[in-house]
Amino acid sequence: MSEDQKKRPQQQSQGSGPAMMRGGEKPKNFGKSFRKLLNYISEYKIPIIIVFVFAAGSAALMIFGPKILGNVTTEIFEGLMEKIAGTGNGIDFGKVANTLLMLLGLYSVSALFSYVQGWIMSGISMKITYKFRRQISEKMNRMPFKYFDNTNQGEVLSRVTNDVDLLSQSMNQSLTQLITAITTIIGVLIMMLTISWRMTLIALGIIPISIFLIALIVRYSQKFFKQQQDYLGNVNGHVEEMYGGHVVMKAFNGEKDSVEKFEVLNKKLYGAAWKSQFFAGLMMPIMRWVGNLGYVGVSIMGGFLAAQRMISVGDIQAFIQYVRQFTQPIAQVANISNILQQTIAAAERIFEFLEEEEEPVETTNPINPEKLKGEVEFKDVHFGYDEDKIIINDFSAKAKPGQKIAIVGPTGAGKTTMVKLLMRFYDVNSGEILIDGYNIQDFTRHDLRAQFGMVLQDTWLYNENIRENIRYGNLNASDEEVYEAARAAYVETFVHALPEGYDLVLNEEITNISQGQKQLITIARAFLKNPKMLILDEATSSVDTRTELQIQKAMDKLMEGRTSFIIAHRLSTIKNADLILVMNHGDIVEQGNHEELLEKDGFYADLYKSQFEDPMTV
Amino acid sequence: MLKLIKYLKPYSFLLIMAIFLLFVQAMSELALPNYMSDIVNTGIQQGGIETAVPKAMRKSTMDKITLFMDSEEKDFVLNNYEFVDSSSENYDKYLEEYPALENENIYVLKDISNNTRDELIPILGKTLMTVSGIQQAKENAEGGVMNLNGMEMPANLDVYNLLKMMPESQRQQMTEQIDKQIEALGEDMVNQAAVAAVEKEYVELGLDVDKMQNDYILSTGFWMLMVSLLSAASTIVVSLLSARIGAGAAKDIRYDVFSKVENFSNSEFVKFSTASLITRTTNDIIQIQLVLIMMIRMVFYAPIMGTGGIIRALDTSPSMSWIIVLAVIVLLGLIAVIFAIALPKFKKMQKLIDRLNLVTRENLSGMMVIRAFNTQKFEEERFDKANTELTKTQLFINRVMVSMMPIMMFIMNGVMVLIVWIGAHQISESSLQVGDMMAYMQYAMQIIFSFLMLSAMFIILPRATVSANRIKEVLDVDPEIKDPENPKNIKNPKGLVEFKNVSYKFPHAEEPILKNISFTAEPGKTTAIIGSTGSGKSTLVNMIPRFYDATEGQVLIDGIDVREITQNELRKQIGYVPQRGVLFSGDIESNLKYADKNAPEELINKAIDIAQAREIVEEKEEGIHAPISQGGSNVSGGQKQRLSIARALVKKPNVFIFDDSFSALDFKTDSKLRKKLKEETGNSTLIIVAQRIATIKNAEQIIVLDEGKIVGKGTHNELMESCETYKEIALSQLSREELE
Repeated sequence: MSEDQKKRPQQQSQGSGPAMMRGGEKPKNFGKSFRKLLNYISEYKIPIIIVFVFAAGSAALMIFGPKILGNVTTEIFEGLMEKIAGTGNGIDFGKVANTLLMLLGLYSVSALFSYVQGWIMSGISMKITYKFRRQISEKMNRMPFKYFDNTNQGEVLSRVTNDVDLLSQSMNQSLTQLITAITTIIGVLIMMLTISWRMTLIALGIIPISIFLIALIVRYSQKFFKQQQDYLGNVNGHVEEMYGGHVVMKAFNGEKDSVEKFEVLNKKLYGAAWKSQFFAGLMMPIMRWVGNLGYVGVSIMGGFLAAQRMISVGDIQAFIQYVRQFTQPIAQVANISNILQQTIAAAERIFEFLEEEEEPVETTNPINPEKLKGEVEFKDVHFGYDEDKIIINDFSAKAKPGQKIAIVGPTGAGKTTMVKLLMRFYDVNSGEILIDGYNIQDFTRHDLRAQFGMVLQDTWLYNENIRENIRYGNLNASDEEVYEAARAAYVETFVHALPEGYDLVLNEEITNISQGQKQLITIARAFLKNPKMLILDEATSSVDTRTELQIQKAMDKLMEGRTSFIIAHRLSTIKNADLILVMNHGDIVEQGNHEELLEKDGFYADLYKSQFEDPMTV
Repeated sequence: MLKLIKYLKPYSFLLIMAIFLLFVQAMSELALPNYMSDIVNTGIQQGGIETAVPKAMRKSTMDKITLFMDSEEKDFVLNNYEFVDSSSENYDKYLEEYPALENENIYVLKDISNNTRDELIPILGKTLMTVSGIQQAKENAEGGVMNLNGMEMPANLDVYNLLKMMPESQRQQMTEQIDKQIEALGEDMVNQAAVAAVEKEYVELGLDVDKMQNDYILSTGFWMLMVSLLSAASTIVVSLLSARIGAGAAKDIRYDVFSKVENFSNSEFVKFSTASLITRTTNDIIQIQLVLIMMIRMVFYAPIMGTGGIIRALDTSPSMSWIIVLAVIVLLGLIAVIFAIALPKFKKMQKLIDRLNLVTRENLSGMMVIRAFNTQKFEEERFDKANTELTKTQLFINRVMVSMMPIMMFIMNGVMVLIVWIGAHQISESSLQVGDMMAYMQYAMQIIFSFLMLSAMFIILPRATVSANRIKEVLDVDPEIKDPENPKNIKNPKGLVEFKNVSYKFPHAEEPILKNISFTAEPGKTTAIIGSTGSGKSTLVNMIPRFYDATEGQVLIDGIDVREITQNELRKQIGYVPQRGVLFSGDIESNLKYADKNAPEELINKAIDIAQAREIVEEKEEGIHAPISQGGSNVSGGQKQRLSIARALVKKPNVFIFDDSFSALDFKTDSKLRKKLKEETGNSTLIIVAQRIATIKNAEQIIVLDEGKIVGKGTHNELMESCETYKEIALSQLSREELE
């Protein structure tokens, strides 16, 4: 299942057919991004020049092939004619052998050049790929959270994989293909001209025909490919929706409607699919026909000229091979603009990401955090994820060292916002947050965050064994320290029941331990960090009762002697808190302790009472 | 792949047509080198003269050549030629065609069959060559002496007169000797030499041989063009047919898979997983479509082309076939070696890509944790490790793969060189013509390419097979839950739900998830089900609308086993609200009307009010027509939940099932909603699965589940006294004082 899910986003965009047929995306600013890419690869200037030389060399050598082979044929032909006429000694095999050996040498050098070129180019492109990926991964850690609010994971992921891959592929193939194609076109043209300008004219005549036909096909195929992509999207959408809501569809007897709708969409898709596939299949035969047209033209013209003894039979043979060699690079060059556009678009997305705004610079004169006691004060704090949509208005509160601060409110009220401000995942718009009287912006982010321990409901663990996951709290901790933290957080109570104990590697989806066990590991992780201040998100559901009790006990233990901010769901926590911050719609609507707030008889009192109201009595 | 073959049946006519056209295409493609060979052999080399049978000759020439024939041959030749002199009926016409007729009488070839022509060729070929040889000897004579067949003779000797004088038997003997010598030269050579003689004869007849040559080249070129047009046309039609077959079969398969899945029960969804079923319905079928189209265009074509090429090549020069065999073996060997090296690395690469993606995903999803624990460096190193390994493997693969093209090109060029070398010797020995050698090079290419195409299919096919198997798996499923053959009807639906000793075991599971469950949920009352995760609450309520069927025991609705009525009939009775709010694309109204297309506005409004969804509607500019995107992604979880509840209310069912539907609501909304619900649902049976004690505290009946068994049944107060599990759950959620 997980495998399917991973594959999906990539495959959907994949579609089918060559790039030119589909009509790729276009970069926003071609020139600028192109220059940037050139600049980026300028480091490899010299190897790239070598690659160009070898590619051109290989292509140029290849071009001599047909001409020489043609000369051999002429030699044979003439030798034969002499023999028939009885005027000569027939074919001069010594000469033929020499020429053929030379030809063989030519081909091997060309192949060698071609391989050297490919070898160097794959080295360069892989180095660039590596560098891009590395820079993206480092960039991710320097970007403000704000960026990820507006961008989904899949998009970032697609830059690391799809965009970088696309770029390296085009570097690897298209670039050398372009060089080879251009060299071939020029070289072939020269060779053709040396044989016969008349025949060359005929051969060139096929170019406008090809370009016209290619343009025609591409125009139609792009239209149908787009249609196919759209209809495929509709079908996939319906399938995803109906499978995703299968139970509801069944519960409301919606099978018939669903299948009927599917049939309509499916028929539309069929219409576009066969058309686009048909057009995609047209390109080859039509280009081949155009090629044959040239072939016939050359044969006829060549026949005439040979009959007039103006060219030799071998020349015709060589020419036919040149005409064949001619059509492919033309199609490649015609396609190159599409590939280039696609490549630059991919590069543009990568550069855009690399150039995204980073977290504001650190203070140059940071405060030493060592002697902090853990007094936290919010002073006239204003904050909004959007500048013009302030969600925290003039909030002030103070927590003494070791106090418990509960944050309550309905789901989606923005309880985690406070946490994010404290940890400087976001910076306040105005006002300040102070720790022991120092503005948190006067610490380095590293030092500030080192003071906090965090246990969230969303238990993030990674694909390693349990021991390493606990050690994540303090990468320098010894095994003994890890086990100690594990005992404190009741991890030991379940870890021994696991098949491999601490060595159990969590699978990729972290489904081989239960939700509650995950929670306990994150608590152990926080224990190991031994922070001065804590941020906790209480578990609400999906944990069995016994584990939940353990989690509570572990959390209580963790909070001892630490200033703690708790996103609270349990009344017992709330009631014992030294300060309760009541949030609604992202706003702190009330604050105080339990009794004070009940007295106010406001939002909190309402919220609190709703738990005990008897629905039957009204 | 073969498993889905029946989907091609409706298209078998198109398929046969496509194969026929592929034949046409292959034949035309193969004919092209032949035409080219004709242009070289006949058009250029033989000056456009096809055979040694001249269409006309001077009487003097005829007289000369007949000297070298036996009487039988002579009669045969003369019978096929018409003698023309000034008294002939068609004299004027012939004069125009053959200007030499003015001075000399001629013979004109009658309208003869190809068979006759073929029989004439050796006779005329030999004799014409002999005559032209004598002529040549005369022309080459030095010092009044010519060398005729090793005999020195005076150049001005009238050889023919001499021959005429000779006695029949002596002449016969001499002719036989000449025949032997000529046969040693080989048929091709004789023919070519004879053609040269014919050309000379035509010049003597006053014919425009240059024009003849041009005409020949032009007409051959014209046919070449027609053939290539035919080839293009058939390719285009094949392309059309294959597109229609591929897309058509894909459409049919897609329809079958989709309608099949729509009839699946939950256990089949669990077995395959939703994501996998989506992939099977979408991407896997697209794969099949692509492969089908490619199969028709390439896999069917390659053998036809290959076989045709082989036949032609054998026809042209069987002695060179070893070159092609060698080339094919070497190329396939090369591909095999490269893939043997690269394939394990490909597999490794896929794993490393997954690894890199995993680390990236972990970095993205754990961003808060990473920053909170200051482990950015650690993560960068982890990424770098994955990145380095992937880069190394990719580099290796790339470097292996880039070697393929140059080596392949070299091998093919080598084949050309070899053909020329071997061909040159055969030409010299007159067993091959130059044009044939040129054509042979093209056949060799075509054969090699068809083998390459076939081997490419072996790479694509396995992937398609995987897709085909995955589709087939879905199609082969026999849904667990089926309608009864003779369904009963509920006569007086009230909504009484009864579980009688029900157990349920997931397929392949060792332990049943529900054991021996019995209870009754009565109309007008609320039955709540509580228990920890994995205790089987959801499975239990899902058995009422038959999303699962009991493995043992019975689920009854109004006294009838749910398996004895149709699913449609059963589900009409039930208003179901799932755990996760599910909405469909459309607008709010269309989602609510999903329960009942014809629901009156009044009912919809009432449902919105009860479900506390009024504020959702009012918040939106478009009100009830506010769009809902696919999967309801533009509304929050709580909003989805409330709209799902409203939807169930629109249905006005006898039985409501709330499968943990209140968890995404805050306490306040939860409590208000339940209050209204109780007021409005009146006589319906309410069955609520919940996590929060507060949600169910006031239910008339609470059923406590633990590890699939009922461990407590009663009201809140009763259970607080008697049920340990219930007490534990309650204590974990509320402090003691609040509970009392």
